[in-house]
Amino acid sequence: MTDDLINVGVAEYYVTHNPHVLACFGLGSCVGVALYDKRKKVGGLAHIMLPDSKAITKQGNRGKYADTAIQDMLEEMERLGARRRDMNAKVVGGACMFSIPGAISPRNVPGPALGMQIGDRNIESVKNILKELGIPLKAEDTGGSHGRTMKFDISNGVVTISSIKHGLVEL
Amino acid sequence: MQESRGLSPLQLDALREVGNIGSGNAAVALSTMVDKKVLLSVPRASLVPLVKVSDLVGGAETPVVGVYLHISGDASGSMLLLLADSSAAELAHLMVADPEEELTTVEQSALQETGSILAGSYLNALSQMTGILLRPSVPGFAMDMAGAIIDFILVEISQSEDYVLVIETEFDISQHKIRGHLILFPDLGSLDIILGRLGVSG
Repeated sequence: MTDDLINVGVAEYYVTHNPHVLACFGLGSCVGVALYDKRKKVGGLAHIMLPDSKAITKQGNRGKYADTAIQDMLEEMERLGARRRDMNAKVVGGACMFSIPGAISPRNVPGPALGMQIGDRNIESVKNILKELGIPLKAEDTGGSHGRTMKFDISNGVVTISSIKHGLVEL
Repeated sequence: MQESRGLSPLQLDALREVGNIGSGNAAVALSTMVDKKVLLSVPRASLVPLVKVSDLVGGAETPVVGVYLHISGDASGSMLLLLADSSAAELAHLMVADPEEELTTVEQSALQETGSILAGSYLNALSQMTGILLRPSVPGFAMDMAGAIIDFILVEISQSEDYVLVIETEFDISQHKIRGHLILFPDLGSLDIILGRLGVSG
């Protein structure tokens, strides 16, 4: 591990070929998508929030949605010489942080139904997009109801996950 | 909602007043519950970029207890009671006499109920002030990293926005080292309604 820790915040992504460590702190229903070309040692990490930009009429930042963030990140990695066929992906997060009894139906009644399913929908969307792009999913630590911090070491592609409830996990 | 994310100083003042009245009422409720003096900070009202929201409460990895309520009615949004772990334990001990270090189920329900009561008093005061009906959901409870708890709320309120409006008050029961945040996140889509009722629409 090096000391060059780069915080990839909500709705951001970061691509590098330097031996940095990229990190997403406190992922809840958000998902961290790490793409890695092990031959070229080029990596990218996206901190996505929502499954699909197409479902939203007035879009914000492209880094917020799984489809646009992964697309943009992939293109940027290719500009740094990475090749899609040498890439794999590791996916972390997508938890359901709150459970509220009775709140299972769609928005408004009586609460955060969207938020409750959004973790699952984020993961599903990320997996579909990776499949379409032909990038194999090498490992994942997803779902559940706990927050996670992920650190992605570009020098070797290792992803380390820490959480309050489950300690350290390495992917 | 206008595209520009600017709010005038007058509008921010009015929103701060919302925080003042809401949290003032909530503090009275809390003070009554625990029979202690509760101090309040001056509320903050600001548009915060998504990336920065968890900085407000001490960073994304800070272990916290969060009680979350969804708001529906004439305006929608989210309300969050956030306590650092140690403060949550202290507050729980004030309500439930229990020597255990870890939060017990009973203590968790007590905190959950506290969040519900604080949000209820906050929103009640707002409704009376503005005539806007605001209905809180049942409370959700989580103990985890602040970032993980907050990103859940961001998803709720910022589908198409890169900023959230945060109205935040810090409260303090100093003799018991309890500090917490009471945060109102109005949906930006509801902002015009709220500003209109406050008499400061764009």
